[in-house]
Amino acid sequence: MVLAVDGLRMRYGDAEVLHDVSFSAGHGEVVVLLGPNGAGKSTTIEILEGFRLRSAGTVEVLGVDPAAGDERWRSRLGIVLQSWRDHGNWRIRELLHHLGTYYAAYATNTIERPWDTDELLAAVGLSSHAEQKIKTLSGGQRRRLDVAIGIVGRPEVLFLDEPTAGFDPEARYEFHNLVRRLAAEHETTILLTTHDLDEASKLAHRILILNAGRIVAAGTTGELTALIAGEDEVRWSVDGQHFHTTTPDSTGLARDLFTQYGASVRDLEVRRASLEDTYLALVRGQEVAL
Amino acid sequence: MSPRMAAVRAGWRRGRIELRQSFTNRPELFSHFLWPVLMLVALFFLRHRDFGSTGLLLGTFALPGILGMNAAMGMVSMSQQLTADREDGTLLRAKATPNGMLGYLVGKVVSVAGGLLADLAILLIPALLIVDNLALGSFGGWFTLLWVLALGMVATLPIGAVLGSVFTTARSQGLLQLPVLGLIAISGVFYPITALPDWLEWIGQVFPIYWMGLGMRSALLPDSTVVVEIGDSWRHLETVGVLGVWAVAGLLVAPVVLRRMARRESGSKVAERRERALRRVA
Repeated sequence: MVLAVDGLRMRYGDAEVLHDVSFSAGHGEVVVLLGPNGAGKSTTIEILEGFRLRSAGTVEVLGVDPAAGDERWRSRLGIVLQSWRDHGNWRIRELLHHLGTYYAAYATNTIERPWDTDELLAAVGLSSHAEQKIKTLSGGQRRRLDVAIGIVGRPEVLFLDEPTAGFDPEARYEFHNLVRRLAAEHETTILLTTHDLDEASKLAHRILILNAGRIVAAGTTGELTALIAGEDEVRWSVDGQHFHTTTPDSTGLARDLFTQYGASVRDLEVRRASLEDTYLALVRGQEVAL
Repeated sequence: MSPRMAAVRAGWRRGRIELRQSFTNRPELFSHFLWPVLMLVALFFLRHRDFGSTGLLLGTFALPGILGMNAAMGMVSMSQQLTADREDGTLLRAKATPNGMLGYLVGKVVSVAGGLLADLAILLIPALLIVDNLALGSFGGWFTLLWVLALGMVATLPIGAVLGSVFTTARSQGLLQLPVLGLIAISGVFYPITALPDWLEWIGQVFPIYWMGLGMRSALLPDSTVVVEIGDSWRHLETVGVLGVWAVAGLLVAPVVLRRMARRESGSKVAERRERALRRVA
């Protein structure tokens, strides 16, 4: 296991922000922490990064407790935070190259460190901006640079805290491809937080839905969607009169409709339960059996 | 090469890059020249003014003191840069990089010290044309100048790092300026400290600014001018003593405070400060 979290708790004074969070992830796995603002996503990721001390529970990242992680351990992690605006006067290539030099001493037989600067620039689509000052970048470009810095040491684990906030659709698409490539080709384990459902369902091998400091559901997109059965939405009309209902068995309902009304059934529309429905149900506090 | 050695070298390069940047962007370039130009104007008006019956010219007396004071101000820029780097996430970036804090600190010392030396040259070279009666050309004088500068920086930069760790916002850094200005006023920079009441004279002698000014005067002024100093002496031994105590104290305290500050840095802290900063603007 690359990430192993068991019974993680976090308390600030009397306020408990994480209750008994447990999950694990293996090599090349993309795990998405999905949840509304304030659910504890960032706190969880900061504990795993070794930036915050937990109150209780066991946590291992690459077999090491993050609270006791040394520099060699750190060289195997990549971190992309929500907001960086550092090094504004540096040029892109200059900064990437500079930060890469810290990783050179940690190269292994199987992992070449750091990532070649020009290759990396190409991978994140910043080659044509290589000599630009960082403060002149647009929000999306800046974010791509942050991701590039996060992976310059060819990390075995990559933490991405809301990486696509402020991306336009094209940049988002490119970014999703990059994440998939890192996981597939480089066996990088990726833990990503987002409150974007669409992003979660596109990227995740596994989604953990975090609400008010608890994991309220976990599974693949399909599994999570199946958790709320019977919520398909069906609309139709008969003789100009419109009907609307929700049912666990939309196929059966349609069959009955045609048996009963035959050709006078019109405007039939079936909308399958989506991840969004599951998610909204979960964060509104409904209990869902796992 | 060991990872730590690699980080020290990366820090050295980092310092040089930042130093170059500070001379190639307009706002920082402006601040490199503003202070020296103001000081040169002051020196220009003081250059013929006599100073008691000593035969010493006030401009001549003030120049070395100003140099010493400017060197001591490295403390302030160290402190401000640390605060700024914490606010924009530079420090957290260093923390996320293996041995990044080491590289960051080496880089900061190189860029701040390099900037100070450049600023001193910007002031000293034109000042030599304005101010008369300096005792230049002796090997001993330049040697004194170098050791006072070096020791002075070791005494003041770690203290600057401590201040930068303690004062966490740009606003509190602004408040720090007031006591510093007060300290300059009682450090005998523009006028001998002996003109002050006894108790102020004592306070002035606690801090490094006075001693760096005194050391500079001993390096650049003819020996005959020593009569305006306390005890008619350049007091090199005491200079080494006081600056040495500050250096040791700073080097002992700074790593502890810096480590504590670094430990507390996290993404949400940076985001929080960013939000607060945006609210101030709005």
